[in-house]
Amino acid sequence: MAAPTSSCSGALLTRVVARRRPWLWLGSAVVATALALLAVSIFRNPNIRHEVILQYQFAPAIMAGLRTTVVLALLAAVIGTVLGVLLAVMRLSESPVLRLASGFYTWLLRGTPLLVQILIWGNLALLFEFIGPFRTNDLLTPFVASVIALGLNEGAYMAEVVRAGIIAVDRGQYDAALALGMSRPQALRRIILPQALRVIIPPAGNQFISLLKATSLVSVIAGGDLLTAAENISSANLHTIELMLVATFWYLVLTTITSVGQHYMERRLGKSGAGMHVTS
Amino acid sequence: MLRAQGVHKRYRQEEVLKGIDLDVANGEVLCLIGPSGSGKSTFLRCINHLERIDAGRLYVDGALVGYRERGDCLYEMQPREVCRQRADIGMVFQRFNLFPHLTALQNVMEAPLHVRREPKAEAQERARALLERVGLAEKAGAYPSHLSGGQQQRVAIARALAMRPKLMLFDEPTSALDPELVGEVLAVMRGLTEDGMTMIVVTHEMAFARDAADSVAFMDGGVIVESGPPGEMLSRPRHERTRAFLSRVIGVPA
Repeated sequence: MAAPTSSCSGALLTRVVARRRPWLWLGSAVVATALALLAVSIFRNPNIRHEVILQYQFAPAIMAGLRTTVVLALLAAVIGTVLGVLLAVMRLSESPVLRLASGFYTWLLRGTPLLVQILIWGNLALLFEFIGPFRTNDLLTPFVASVIALGLNEGAYMAEVVRAGIIAVDRGQYDAALALGMSRPQALRRIILPQALRVIIPPAGNQFISLLKATSLVSVIAGGDLLTAAENISSANLHTIELMLVATFWYLVLTTITSVGQHYMERRLGKSGAGMHVTS
Repeated sequence: MLRAQGVHKRYRQEEVLKGIDLDVANGEVLCLIGPSGSGKSTFLRCINHLERIDAGRLYVDGALVGYRERGDCLYEMQPREVCRQRADIGMVFQRFNLFPHLTALQNVMEAPLHVRREPKAEAQERARALLERVGLAEKAGAYPSHLSGGQQQRVAIARALAMRPKLMLFDEPTSALDPELVGEVLAVMRGLTEDGMTMIVVTHEMAFARDAADSVAFMDGGVIVESGPPGEMLSRPRHERTRAFLSRVIGVPA
């Protein structure tokens, strides 16, 4: 039998009046006006040639740069993730040498500007003319140097992200896995990392968005990315702002796609773990 | 099944186990009781080498645990050998420690599949049978977060049994449970004792110790103060410390 859910019937209801919030309305109006003015100032600006934007938005050179940016970001993310897991495990190992080496790596690569690291990798030939039997400049093309610089830098950040994820997993999970006869690597792979992933995904998503934008830095060594392509065109036709807007549009497309992907991944991981913590 | 000789364990300066001697026969159920901090859980963790011991010897089923004796030295085993020994010893934890990213069935199948490398169909069939045995056949697809504490602990027991252990270790299996859930876990454990499983149970459940155990050992300050059959130990303790502890726990007049 259903119990009465509420003692409040329709007949008893009188009109409900919300509290007035004049400041909220005023604030919203100010912000809306400012946004409208900004839009107008861009779209009605005589110094911006809109047909130039349209002309280059899908130009082959821009599309090639876009492709390079995506490939660069993906390769660097893969290198960074693998390196990050390795560094995190080293950081948590019993050997003080491995712990120190990992800490030193993170300290060095997080502590220096990425732009400097890119310039060093791009100009490595000045330091070592040959790597083994190969000429450094043949081996380290601008693209390869870009991938290495971005990947190694990403690794330092991912190491911290992965380490935080591993630490967040309850120690009892190790005990349970080892007590069942699993080896340490097995416990890490099958029990710890899958659980750490829930903690790792949100910051890793942020990290990837940063990386997408950081690829623009490789334009200083002519990395062939989206910004390099836009700059090449604008230095010829002098429509700097228009081509930056073209690039801006594509960067926003990439970061939006990443955010949506991150959202769905978090939702999928949340399914099995609605309250991953142990309840009694 | 288990033989402990002069087992010592130190954490930095503090000596947690000060020479434990203990024998548990095949099929025997031993309850370890004692105040918290007396070293009961540490001793249990030494038995499957989750903790290294600093002196003494532990034998399970006649084999030295975690070490290899050569000359007058004990050499710690390779990880692979330690894993093989641990696989034969089941352990149940106070906080269950189920794998939260796996369903109840997957929790039970995990070790047979990936440690013993059993075929999937076989592991799954056995896991279902074990879940049925602990009364949770219909919860096979549930994740731990959707199970009560008592149900989680019963899945944890099934998970340990899936490896066909020679010896089962229980580390305060009911201490983290709401009082009304304790009974269902103890019932499963009683079922195991009737099947002749060798068990070492660290517990505060004196009623369980009295009617399910073959012997009871009282630990305090890193040593076993006394041990014997439950009837004798729990109603006519010989030592003052045992009497004091029991009077605190069950109100036996000191």
